[in-house]
Formats: sequence, C-alpha cells, structure tokens
Amino acid sequence: MVDVVWLIPALPLLGFLTILILGRRLGDPKAGYFATGMVGASFVVTVGVFADLMSKTAAERQHIVKVFSWVPVGSMHLDLAFLADPLSITMCLFVTGIGALIHLYAIGYMHGDPRFSKFFLYLNLFAFSMLMLVLGENLLVTFLGWEGVGTCSYFLISFWHEKASAATAGKKAFVTNRVGDWGFMMAMFFAFWATNPHTLSYIGINEAAAGGKFATTTATAIALFAFIGACGKSAQLPLYLWLPDAMEGPTPVSALIHAATMVTAGVFLMVRLNPVLHASAGYATWIIAIVGACTALYAATIAVAQNDIKKVLAYSTVSQLGYMFLAVGSGAYVAAIFHMITHAFFKALLFLGSGSVIHGMHHEQDMRKMGALRKVMPITAFTFIVGWLAIAGVPPFAGFWSKDEILLFAYDKSPILYVVGLVTALLTAYYMTRQVIMVFYGKARWHDAHEEHGAHGDLHANDGDPHESPKVMLLPLVVLAGLSAVGGLIQLPFNDNSKRLEKWLEPVVGESQRVLKTSTDDIKYVLMAVAVVIALAGIFLSVMVYAKHKAKPVEPKILADAWGYDRAVSAFMGGPGRKAFEGVAWADANIIDGAVNGAGKAVQATATGARKAQSGNVRNYAAAVGIGVVLLLVWFVVVRGIL
Amino acid sequence: MIGAIATPTTTWYLILSAVLFSIGVVGVLVRRNPLVLFMCVELMLNAVNLSFVAFAKKLGDIGGQTTVFFVMVVAAAEVVVGLGIVVAILRRKPNATTDDLAELKG
Amino acid sequence: MELFVFIVAGAMVLAGAVGVVLSKHPVHAALSLILTLFGVAVLFVSLQANFLAAVQVIVYAGAIVVLFLFVIMLLGVDNAENLRIEPFKIQRPIAALVGVGISSLVITAAVVSRNAVPPKTGDGLEVLAQNGGADHDGNIRKLARDLFSGHVLAFELTSALLVIAVVGTVVLARKPRKGELDEVAA
Repeated sequence: MVDVVWLIPALPLLGFLTILILGRRLGDPKAGYFATGMVGASFVVTVGVFADLMSKTAAERQHIVKVFSWVPVGSMHLDLAFLADPLSITMCLFVTGIGALIHLYAIGYMHGDPRFSKFFLYLNLFAFSMLMLVLGENLLVTFLGWEGVGTCSYFLISFWHEKASAATAGKKAFVTNRVGDWGFMMAMFFAFWATNPHTLSYIGINEAAAGGKFATTTATAIALFAFIGACGKSAQLPLYLWLPDAMEGPTPVSALIHAATMVTAGVFLMVRLNPVLHASAGYATWIIAIVGACTALYAATIAVAQNDIKKVLAYSTVSQLGYMFLAVGSGAYVAAIFHMITHAFFKALLFLGSGSVIHGMHHEQDMRKMGALRKVMPITAFTFIVGWLAIAGVPPFAGFWSKDEILLFAYDKSPILYVVGLVTALLTAYYMTRQVIMVFYGKARWHDAHEEHGAHGDLHANDGDPHESPKVMLLPLVVLAGLSAVGGLIQLPFNDNSKRLEKWLEPVVGESQRVLKTSTDDIKYVLMAVAVVIALAGIFLSVMVYAKHKAKPVEPKILADAWGYDRAVSAFMGGPGRKAFEGVAWADANIIDGAVNGAGKAVQATATGARKAQSGNVRNYAAAVGIGVVLLLVWFVVVRGIL
Repeated sequence: MIGAIATPTTTWYLILSAVLFSIGVVGVLVRRNPLVLFMCVELMLNAVNLSFVAFAKKLGDIGGQTTVFFVMVVAAAEVVVGLGIVVAILRRKPNATTDDLAELKG
Repeated sequence: MELFVFIVAGAMVLAGAVGVVLSKHPVHAALSLILTLFGVAVLFVSLQANFLAAVQVIVYAGAIVVLFLFVIMLLGVDNAENLRIEPFKIQRPIAALVGVGISSLVITAAVVSRNAVPPKTGDGLEVLAQNGGADHDGNIRKLARDLFSGHVLAFELTSALLVIAVVGTVVLARKPRKGELDEVAA
C-alpha cells in the first residue's frame, strides 16, 4: 500500500488537468464535486498508507517511493521521490482531509461565481503542490511544492482580481514569499555543499547532521536560512505582512491555505530538518523561539483591535504560528506538530464559520454591523463556538492540550518565554471572545447595514435578512467541530500510553526532542491549571467589556493599524528601498551590460578606423608598401646587423 | 684634366644606385599621371640594374649581367602590358589620374 | 679618367631622374627618362658590361620610351598635372620619409661594408682569347655562354613571356566592337 503513495499528489494533479480541459463544460457545481472527489480519494489513499505504516514496526516506517530520476549528474542522483514516514503521512492526513472538507464547502460558497471551475482548478493545483511539498524525499521536491503553493496562493488570493486590492494582495503575498524563498534556497545550497557525497535528500542531510558531519556553523547556517524561508511562508516577523492582506481572497482560500496548510509548510520544514537544528549552535534555537514568541504576542495585540471578521482570524493565525515556532525553538517538535494539527482543525472551522457568516450577511465583513446572529444561523453559531473554545484553550477541547504542551516546553527553556506565551494566551481568549460576542450575541446591528448596501444583484436579492448557509457548507463545519472537540486525544500528557502522537513521531524527531527537566515535569499539572485560569480570565474580561459593557473597550488606533509596520515597510520600499533597487538596476544596465556592449562597440570603432586604410587608392597602397620596405631595411641594416 | 684623384669604387656605384632608386620611389608616391608613374618605376628598375652590374664587376661573376639581361626583357614585357592597360582605361576616361581609379575601396 | 666619366654619367642619371619626378608635362618626363637611361648606359660601359650598355640603349631608350611617347601622343594625355595640389595630405610626408629612409639605409649598408672581402664567385667577365690578349667580344661571349648554358630554362620562359605579353596587350587594348561595348559598359 505504501508503494502507491505517489497517488496522493497524483490525484489532485489529475483533477487539475481535467478541470483545465473540461472545467468550463462541467460547470457549477459538477467541477466542484469532481475536485472534491479527487482530494477525497487522495485522503482515502492516505488513510490506506497510514494504516499500512501503522502495521509496521517503528523502525520500518520509512519508505521511499521513486517516481523517476530527475537530475542524474555524475554520481549524484536527485530523484522525484516520495518519503512516506510518520511525519509526512500525518501532514498528508490533515491536508487531504481538511482539504476535502474545504473543497466541499467551497461548492456552496462559490456558487454563482462566473469563474467557478477556475477556482477548483487552482484549489486542486494547490493540493497537488502542498502534497508534493510534504511528501518530498529531498529538498528539491519540497522546493517544487513550496514554490507551487506560493504560486497558487497568488492565484487564489487575487481570484477576484477585478478588485484592485485583491490583485495587490496577491502580488504582495508572492513577493514577500519570494524573500523567504531566498532563505530556503540558501539553505538548499549550503546543505548540498556540506554533505559528502553531495545530496539534497532529507535522509542524507539528517543523517549527516546527526552523525556530526556538519560543522556547527554550517548546521547553524542551514537551519537559520531554512528558518528565513519558513518565516516567509509561515508569516512570522518580519515577513508576516502578506497574511492579513491575503484575506482579500475568498474565504475557502483563507481557510485552506492560510489556516490549515500552506502556512504550516514552514513549521513542517523546520521539523523535517530537526537533526540539523539539533546540531546547530545554541543561539539558533533561541532565535527561532524568540521570533516565534514575539510574533505570537505582536499579532495577538493587533487582533484585539480589528473589526473585519477575517482580519481577526488572520492575525490569530499569525499568532498561533508563532506558538508553533516557539515550540520548534524549544525543541518540542511533537508539540509543534500537535498544535499544527489542532490549529488546522479549529482555524479551518473558524474561517469556514466566518465564511458562512459572510455568505449569510451577503458579503458583509465588518463585525460592527453584525450581532445576534446565533438566532438566525444556529448551526454556524454552534460550530463557531466550539472552535472558539478550542482556540481559547478551554479543556477538554483540542486547543487546550496542544497549547499547554507548548507552554510546558517553553517554560522548560525559559520562564520568560513562558510568560510571553501566557500573555498571548490571555489575549487570544480575549479577542476571540470579543469576536464571538460581536458576531453572534448582543444587539442585531445589521439593519443599518442593509439600508446602506441597497440592491446587490446577487442570488439573495429576495432575502433582506441574513440566513443560514446551505447544507453543503454546514457539513464541513460540523465535521471540523467534532474534530476540534476530540482532537486532543492524540496526545494527552498524562502518561506514556496516552502520548500517542509522540510515539508515532518518534522515528522522525526522537533524538532532537527536548527532554523535560524533572523540575518542570513535576509542576506540569500546576502549569496546566494556570493555563486554564488564564483562558477563563481572558473570556471573563472580554465578556465584561463587550457583553456586559462594564468597562470601556481598549482598542487603540495603533493596534488597529498593526503598529504601523505595514506602512513603514511600504514607505521604505517606495522611498529609499526603491532608490537602491533602481541603483542596482542602473548598475546592471550600464556597468555590466555596458562592459559587454562596450567591448562590441570598441571592436566596431577599431574596425571603422582600420577600414580607412582601404581607400582603394593606388598611391596610398604604394605608400604603405614603401613604409614596409623602410621597416624591413631598418631591421636588416640596423637590427640584424650591418651596423 | 681631372685625373685619377680617386677611382670610383663599387661603393660609389651602389650609392648612386640607392639615390636613383629612392628618387624613383618618391616619384611613384607623388605623381598622379599614370604614365609618369610608370616612368618612375622604370627609374627604379634601372637603379637595380646598375647595382647588379656593379656587383658583377666586383665579384667577377657574369651572373649579375645575366640577371640584368633578364630584368630588361621582363621590364619590356611589363611596360607593354602596363601601357595596354593604361590605354584601355584612358580610352574610357580620358583625363583620369591614379586617384580616380579607386573602385576597390573597402 | 674613370672618375670623370663617373661624375658626368652620374650627373646625367640624377638630373634625368629629378626631371622625371618633377616635370609637369609627361613628354618632358619622357625626355628626362631618356637622359637617365643614357647615363646608365655609360655607367654600364665603365663597368665592363658592354653588351648590356648596347641593349640598354636599344631596348630601353629606343623601344620603351618610344612606346611611352606613342601612348602619350595617341591618347592625348599630355595635359599638365598640377603638382602643387595633393589630395592626400599625408602622402608627401610619407614619400619624403620613404625616400630618405631607403636611401640612407642602403647607403649606410654600402658604406659600412665597403671593406668586406667578397667571396670570389666568378671567373671574370670576359672570355680570354685563345692566344691571350684582349678579345673585343669577350664580354658577349661570356654572357652568351652563361645565358645559354646555365639559364636556358629562364631564357625559354622569358621568350614565352614576351609572346604572351604581346598577345595579351593586343587583346586588352583593342577597340571594343559594337556588341562588346554594352558588356564593358555594364
């Protein structure tokens, strides 16, 4: 069964090609069902491979399936091959599973859009790229997927490209990702250079790192460059700015790409390269952990002041990704993957839920114009609340277990990081509660909105009020809510038997996984209790401010403005940055090209000058002969030697 | 009478020949009339003949004179052909000088 | 006596040469050329090349210069050339340089090596008469012997060359017939 692991990315690719050719004819909604079917079939195959791996012993759970030899150069063989091991199959499970659910959801959400089939075309292409990224046996296949998801993200963010802001957001995402890609490429080059024999395969690199064959500086370089790539893809400081803008894309896109899959690629990369990280200098992991913690706190503060329903979730994603990097930096790879999985469940749920709200509100996204929607959209509200509890960290929902594990390891590394994580958890509970209250509770504010909007010309022109979404959109919500509720079961910290995920991932991360100090281990239940208290405190505060109106809301402008960071970057790029780039372009055109062109021009000038000697005039030629004779005579008489 | 204050040696003849030759060269480079140009070429040939004969005397070798014989014959042939060409050209452009015949320019 | 002859003949040669180069009129140039050729012939005699002196006068002065004059007269190329103007500014300096260069270098070579002992390669310019004493035809005999024994091939080729030259010139210089005129004009 493992040998058909290549089917996992092949099925979405087939979907992409089929819709490319037949999409328009299939139309709405057949193209959507077909695409969903492809990803669903991919999920089925993944489950099969998973079962197959489960039936093997821990040592055997690493299979390489080669499709073809991609770059056979001398003794080096770079193949298009897939590595089916616990880590990649775990990622495939939730990528295909949640992907299939989101495809299903999108059938309802994108109903009536003129470019319906094109959307599913891109979605399938994205699924293919992400699966290539995750299943890749070497850095090159992963890079293929990496670039692929970046491109698809561009396509999908700017899907409604008639809107200038959407087109710009797509470009921004692509360009910012590209900056990160430079880091990835540098890591690839370093890894290639440092391994002997030269290879880009994970097994080769990781074995070299684990075997101590990398100099510490080399390992650090690879790790940090890979981290730069991860920052770009996973939206950490300072490359996070594309993610909030990426909300311009349709909500299924936000759910799939920016909550569950693409943004986790960075975390995946770091976990994949964990031996390299383990072999690098100490400060590398500190850098990663600090960047992760700062990003988490930073984004959480911004989310408190946002009014667009999707922007809150976008900053929340950045914040939760920060948690994952905090985990990676603290050596808690299992926790990072665990949080990735639970985050995929509840964030996708929250995004899809918000999409349902937007759909029901006739594409109104401002939370100030919502309120008391739980009466009108009960199922959406219920599932959204499950997601809210999960992300806020309320037990027994999934988010609590994964976040707590991260905080535990963060405490083990440094209490300061723990405190930062804790404050972020407080803010997370606070702003998510704020969102739930503003959208589903309180007074209904949407009447004012409708008078402003007037005639939309969309399918809901007959209904004046918001309504529940169709079943095809609600089904995924329900499934995800269930997963968010029970997802924590895969890694409960009580005893070794309950730590299923850790046992499963051991062959991949076992050696680099941090071992908790006994002092930390003893107080882990205390820390758990603290986390629960903080979460409840955050919820309580938010209820006081927004529901009971006992205190004034604190939403300073600077937070709404994302600390002015975006504006600063734009100013720099527009001003001095642009001048620098124009300078470089000038140098390239004039100096480098100038040298090349100059060589040509010099030859031309010399030839033009030399041409004048061919005057066609006999006397000139005779003069030349005469001069030649004189020179010959000089040589004979003077140089050779009569004198 | 200007007696034999000094007997002209071979060197004198060679010097004379050199001067005659260079006058011929200058003439070739400066004159534009094709026929005068030819005559300057004849001057050069004569200078060479003179030096050959001087050497023949010095070395006591008749080969120098044989060479002069051949030079004269070939010079005659050359003049014949050259003048034929000049005639052919000047028939078409009566007042041409060497400067006007510059069609082979690069 | 020899010195006198040398000086006079040398003056004739150089005067004629300068005259050729500096004459405006081609006919004057031709006449100066005759003067040079006669001077060279006299020098040949003083160098014991009697036969060549005769040939010089007959062939060069008598045939070649006459040929020149024929062409000048026939084509009416007798207009004076204006020696004052020179279209290529650089031509005169180069001519001066070349002229001075060649003459000075060769003269230097000749003067410096004037005392070098030459290898005696030949055996005299004249054939001695059987009974000793001078032979008036000695030089011719010697020349003839050398020509027809050592250089027979060259002799034959030269005669062939003459024939070819004549035929070629006749073809070159003939008046084009009606049909050819268009070809040549194209």
